[in-house]
Amino acid sequence: MYQGRLWTMRQFSGFATPEETNRRYHYLLEQGQTGLSVAFDLPTLLGVDADHPTALGEVGKCGVAVSSLDDMLTLFAGIPLAGVTVSMTINSPAAVIWAMYLAVAESQGADWTRISGTLQNDILKEYIAQKEYLYPPRPSMRLVADTIEFAARHVPRFNPVSISGYHIREAGSTAVQELAFTLRDGIEYVEWAVERGLPVDSFAGRLSFFFNAHSDFFEEIAKYRAARRMWAVIMRDRFGARDERSLKLRFHTQTAGCSLTWQQPYNNVVRTAVQALAGVLGGTQSLHTNSLDEAYALPGERAATLALRTQQVIAYESGVTAAPDPLGGSYFVERLTAEVERAAGDYIRRIDAMGGMIPAIEAGFPQREIAQASYDYQRSVETGERKIVGVNAFVESEERPMELLAIDESAARRQEEKLAALRKRRSQARVDATLDALRRAAAGSENTMPAILDAVRAYATVGEICQALAEVFGGYQEKSIL
Amino acid sequence: MDEPIRVLIAKPGLDGHDRGAKVIARALRDAGMEVVYTGLRQTPEMIVNAALQEDVQVIGLSILSGAHNAILPRILELLREKGMGDVLVIVGGIVPDEDAAQLKQQGVAAVYQPGASLEEIVRFIRSSVQQAA
Repeated sequence: MYQGRLWTMRQFSGFATPEETNRRYHYLLEQGQTGLSVAFDLPTLLGVDADHPTALGEVGKCGVAVSSLDDMLTLFAGIPLAGVTVSMTINSPAAVIWAMYLAVAESQGADWTRISGTLQNDILKEYIAQKEYLYPPRPSMRLVADTIEFAARHVPRFNPVSISGYHIREAGSTAVQELAFTLRDGIEYVEWAVERGLPVDSFAGRLSFFFNAHSDFFEEIAKYRAARRMWAVIMRDRFGARDERSLKLRFHTQTAGCSLTWQQPYNNVVRTAVQALAGVLGGTQSLHTNSLDEAYALPGERAATLALRTQQVIAYESGVTAAPDPLGGSYFVERLTAEVERAAGDYIRRIDAMGGMIPAIEAGFPQREIAQASYDYQRSVETGERKIVGVNAFVESEERPMELLAIDESAARRQEEKLAALRKRRSQARVDATLDALRRAAAGSENTMPAILDAVRAYATVGEICQALAEVFGGYQEKSIL
Repeated sequence: MDEPIRVLIAKPGLDGHDRGAKVIARALRDAGMEVVYTGLRQTPEMIVNAALQEDVQVIGLSILSGAHNAILPRILELLREKGMGDVLVIVGGIVPDEDAAQLKQQGVAAVYQPGASLEEIVRFIRSSVQQAA
């Protein structure tokens, strides 16, 4: 498998302003990263502009601030989108951010039929785990279906969805739950796309997945193997897919952020290496390795570089790339794979019996399972049954990691200035017209992507476009489940 | 006679990472406290109003987004304005040491960084609330 082509080394990255993040992207590419992955800040993730009152104190803190096409152009300055694949972790505003990405590609003269990348755009797991929802489930699923359809027709090499288990696991689920809820979310997306008239083989080959690489080495490998087997059977038997590409589960992996500790942070380098190895032995197509300062701040430059080197050492020095699925046939791994598959299958059947993932979410089912698993996990750490080196075993006072990345309010000021200038520069009449057209499209049944693209090209902001959609779709408030 | 300690657990700002807040809320309930969990996307105003309405002795804030320096001072200010200065304010999440020290100077009773023990938090709340009583 990896003999001809390694997994993509795709480090998730983004902070402060697009200018600063662009510099980090150039640096990481120079250091040997082979794909880009964009981390947006909380305001952007929630469809809010940097100068909005609710963005106070949050601009650029968890990722890069992007409010307009200008920001997107700056983010990719000097980076030809025809020559690199880009993954974007964005969910509720995914269609908007993707439209901005496509507009950047357009401005660079890159052909939409040739560019590739991934949009996370997995709204179901937002209700379940990451909680960056904006609109209610059904209009949100419509938006996802719009992007799947648009990709199938116009951007055929792009992965319009990254059906994710990572966040479900980070919220405290077990490996089985991570697998089951992810695959069941995938089933839901396929159903919605098929319902809209798309032949399954026209889009299924571009559905991608995203899993966690947590600490239990063999269980994680079994999880990936079970995932591939289950998805192939689901696509063939449940959906009648015939194209081989529709049956192949392709996935990105990120090592488990929640497993990294504030105590003795250098231990995290070891945890990440072991977890990355599980991802590679499990056959991941793409990999992000966390930095040792995970519990402190966004990755500092040195820590981010060491995380990338971790992948490079595995790739070039360990020899584990010698054969595909090298643990296949191991009595232990095969038994674990079968167990994980059986248990995940049970969960999928239960959710089917509830009427699908949306009723299950409305009933609080996956949320409750995760909350219980999370509480059980914490209790096992409290009692010492589960040992975490440096936290409840081999505890000692120790040094802090050096050079932590600090993001101050200057990023917010900078972004506010840019927005003020943008609003003066652009044609408000044109913005208003495109937003009106978008509201009409959203209220009807046509694909919203063309209208979103028009708004983006008119320099409507992320916040303005998301607000226009909110006026049609309404908002969403979750019922808290402890 | 012991009335249960009343606690409000809140997620201020845009951060949706609620694993820790939920675990703490449940642990405090298991420890016999009455806990109200506000849910996500709470403004400082919403939090202080909820604390007032629920007549809590403790407000526990979960912030992992780095927005603590913008959010905490506002909450503390509102508590003072409403004469709720005796309410214990504790914070959990991603807060650098320097910021934690400053927050404590401003009136935050405790700052819990990742890996803090549930038992320790329960003990702190019990002893602090008893002292105030």
